[in-house]
Amino acid sequence: MMTDTAPPTQPNDAEKTPRQRWMAVLARAGAEAIAARLRRAEAIPEWRRLRGPDTGLVMLRGRSGGGGASFNLGEMTVTRCTLRLASGLVGHATVAGRNLRHAELAALADALLQDPARQDALLADLIAPLAAAQQVQRQALAARAAATRVQFFALQTMRT
Amino acid sequence: MAYVAVKGGEQAIAAAHAWRAEARRGDPAVSKLEPAQIEGQLGRAVERVMAEGSLYDRGLAALAIAQAEGDLIEAAFLLRAYRTTLPRFGVSLPLDTTAMAIQRRISAVFKDLPGGQVLGPTTDYTHRLIDFALPAQDLPPAAPMAEPDPAPMPRVADLLAAEGLIRPDPADAGEPADLTRAPPALPLPRAARLQGLARGDEGFLLGMGYSTQRGYGGSHPFAGEIRMGAVSVEIIPDELGFAIDIGDVVLTECQMVNQFHGTKTEPARFTTGYGLAFGQADRRAMSMALVDRALQAGDLGEDVTAPAQDAEFVLSHADNIEATGFVEHLKLPHYVDFQSEIEAVRRLHAQARAHAEAEAAE
Repeated sequence: MMTDTAPPTQPNDAEKTPRQRWMAVLARAGAEAIAARLRRAEAIPEWRRLRGPDTGLVMLRGRSGGGGASFNLGEMTVTRCTLRLASGLVGHATVAGRNLRHAELAALADALLQDPARQDALLADLIAPLAAAQQVQRQALAARAAATRVQFFALQTMRT
Repeated sequence: MAYVAVKGGEQAIAAAHAWRAEARRGDPAVSKLEPAQIEGQLGRAVERVMAEGSLYDRGLAALAIAQAEGDLIEAAFLLRAYRTTLPRFGVSLPLDTTAMAIQRRISAVFKDLPGGQVLGPTTDYTHRLIDFALPAQDLPPAAPMAEPDPAPMPRVADLLAAEGLIRPDPADAGEPADLTRAPPALPLPRAARLQGLARGDEGFLLGMGYSTQRGYGGSHPFAGEIRMGAVSVEIIPDELGFAIDIGDVVLTECQMVNQFHGTKTEPARFTTGYGLAFGQADRRAMSMALVDRALQAGDLGEDVTAPAQDAEFVLSHADNIEATGFVEHLKLPHYVDFQSEIEAVRRLHAQARAHAEAEAAE
């Protein structure tokens, strides 16, 4: 199986750092959902944009045969933002799509989540509910797919 | 022949565009078509435009379809033009289709395989009868749900590879060619061919793939597996230096399995053709896989006799943006070119007449 010889690329969820996990959740959340939950967070400090938010492209790569040498499949739009809190913590986000506000709010949340004094509260009040909502969506698709799984049964022949 | 700029016609062009805009809107008594409706309800068109426009952005593709009045090649052209205005931030890590959140997964070669046959939201078993009740229907009944099987769904190609029955795809060969950055040099490496096919015109890919089935470079394909679902996209931003997950793209992957009789140096094994397409796109992914396999003829030491096996022919004509540009440029003014041609023909006529008169006089 060729994936054995390919360089390691996608860490399993278990292999991800906490920061990688919250960034993945923020990337899939809507700007409004992040904003609504950040509004409830305690005193958001001032921040300064270091780069962006700006929209650009990422070239998506596939693998020939699914596991062989990589090839360029086509591009996607992404939006990125890097910002710094007054405390000096730097947050970053790159998210699929063209929503500038989404990238900035995700970068802000990323910076705040790196503050040990805030991390637990934000993981519980911001990340956990967003992750749960995303999991519900994934489960709903998986459940619809499961209902279309073919259950084979033996056909009786005419000769019986 | 040098092209001589033609001035004039500005007013006519402005009037033509105004008329086009009015026609695009259609009957004002009928409500305007919103891009969100196209995005949500014309998903297959959106995905085709993303594939041929080579840009994954559903909202943008929907807007392009609205602007192009449903002309999907024109819409893909709009996406291609838009992408040239954006900087490229980087490349993704190779997408891991084994980790796909499966919505559909079928195999035509194994009935019972780990994870089973999952039809997904397919039209495969419909009767293709026009549904006259559709306009009256608002919300369809909810699709049934069942408990998902947590068992992994290995790719069929990997199952065959584990038994050594399949010719492995060569592993990473460094930076893959990029048709958007450098004009491809012949012979095209497989990475360049796959990129060209991935953004090729679906009708062209379908016709080329069909030609291999009808005997023009045939290799007796089986649909080893078709799977569709969301795959997460990971990039390594410069400022972080580690991989981050930036969201999902929905892809259809097709693995065609073909006979291969072996050569002096290689045992008889199956070979594969590979298709990967944006969105739910069985036809595109299958056609791409057929053509990818045909284009491996040279690499596999097979005779190259058919159009679908000729990389230069296939990849030079698969791109509908390039093709439409060259075909449709014929309607732009060619007055000077034609003037030179018509003068040449008139001269020949005059010479022939003079010759005939001279002969008659003798």
